[in-house]
Amino acid sequence: MSGHVFHPGHEELHGVTVVVESPGGTTWVGRYHERNDRGVLLHDVATYNPASAPENRSAWIERQLKFGIRIDQKHLVVPAVDAARIVRLLDWKPLNE
Amino acid sequence: MPYHEMMVKPMRDEVTRHGVTELRTVADVDVALGPGEGTALVFVNSVCGCAAGGARPALALALSHALKPQHLYTVFAGQDLDATARARSYFADFQPSSPSVALFRDGEVVHFVHRHMIEGRPPQVIAADLVAAFDKYCSPHDAAKRG
Repeated sequence: MSGHVFHPGHEELHGVTVVVESPGGTTWVGRYHERNDRGVLLHDVATYNPASAPENRSAWIERQLKFGIRIDQKHLVVPAVDAARIVRLLDWKPLNE
Repeated sequence: MPYHEMMVKPMRDEVTRHGVTELRTVADVDVALGPGEGTALVFVNSVCGCAAGGARPALALALSHALKPQHLYTVFAGQDLDATARARSYFADFQPSSPSVALFRDGEVVHFVHRHMIEGRPPQVIAADLVAAFDKYCSPHDAAKRG
């Protein structure tokens, strides 16, 4: 059976805090629920917007790691086209920074 | 909305049986975490699977270590709402999550285990993180240095 012992029948990432990166740089950190045709459903989500953020993405993610997730939205569907990369927060490393 | 007390009692007991004192009211929290010296651990309990499968067993393992904080406390998120909110007010810049663990030294949070450090990890790994923090911040030598 897929999924964690406490999340039977779900994907392996169900209930795990992940980083979702878009091709444009917008990044979300939140608790993964599922991926479907619409996109990726996250709970308790913090959003990084490269156009308005005062820090680079690595620094922002490091802050979420150290101090916890500063929640902007309780629930969010990241459109499938924007979910270019999904990585567990604890395993996140920058690709091109 | 809080769960029925009968349902969460075993979850409380799983923590308190290791000598951890429950803080059920705002006054309890203020007495425990108010100004003072020394080391204290606050375990934020939860009904979720992360607490059952990871956090509570990890806490039990970590507390079997020879070196541990002088004071051991717990609040129950989603159950004892006011006490939990008050405890979180002492966590300074650390965002609320549950389950989680805060380690204080002389009134300051020196180590924090967030929910995202618990999710899906085996208790032994979480416990090792806590034990490393105990060794770093709770040593008698360190306490003596602080006077």
